[in-house]
Amino acid sequence: MNMGHTADNIMIFLFVPGVGPEDIDAQVEKGVLVVSGERKPSQPDEPERHTLHIDERYAGHFRRVITLPEDVDEESVQANYQNGVLTITLRRKQRINTRKIPIQ
Amino acid sequence: MPEINPVEDTSPVSGDDTPTVDPMSPAVDVYEDDNGISLWADMPGVPKDQVAVHIQDNALTIAGTMSLGLPDTMRSIHAEITSPRYQRVFTLSRDLDADKVQASFDAGVLHLRIPKMMMQERPKRIEVRVS
Repeated sequence: MNMGHTADNIMIFLFVPGVGPEDIDAQVEKGVLVVSGERKPSQPDEPERHTLHIDERYAGHFRRVITLPEDVDEESVQANYQNGVLTITLRRKQRINTRKIPIQ
Repeated sequence: MPEINPVEDTSPVSGDDTPTVDPMSPAVDVYEDDNGISLWADMPGVPKDQVAVHIQDNALTIAGTMSLGLPDTMRSIHAEITSPRYQRVFTLSRDLDADKVQASFDAGVLHLRIPKMMMQERPKRIEVRVS
């Protein structure tokens, strides 16, 4: 998971390779984002006919709980899925603009 | 016995002019069956046209460059993925047919199928009979 911000938005990137958007559940409530889902194993149908040489990719249920920064507007949440990455975008509440005073 | 072995040194492929950060090594699963080897590699964030599979001699290189569409003004708060590039090199044993590798890419996962050499292409085995 990566998280970043711009002046206007918070963006959260969840890396879920091999999991389609239909197998992901995302919810935001009370300042917490919960993303869960299921990743199917790559193992072929007849395991007795296959020899496993390298086994590094995780399989099964996953769940990630992310505490959001305090200045986000939960109503603004948007989710987008592409190439195995779920991108969650939330608007930041605009704070009272502080103005820098030039000194003459 | 076909083999596919990861190579520890993954220095960038020559000719690549963007290696500012060391590429990440993608997680892989490798299975063997009677007809060949299947490899799955996790490369989330990589568009299909940014996936590269090279085979030279018996070295298989898989690589990809991520495209997350980050705004220029984005500042990172938390990062588990720290490089926009993936790369990993494997050596293939001689009984795998590197000319017939098939590749597909879906949802950030690369799948390679590497068949074993057909019988007639394998080195001949000479039977030794004791009279």
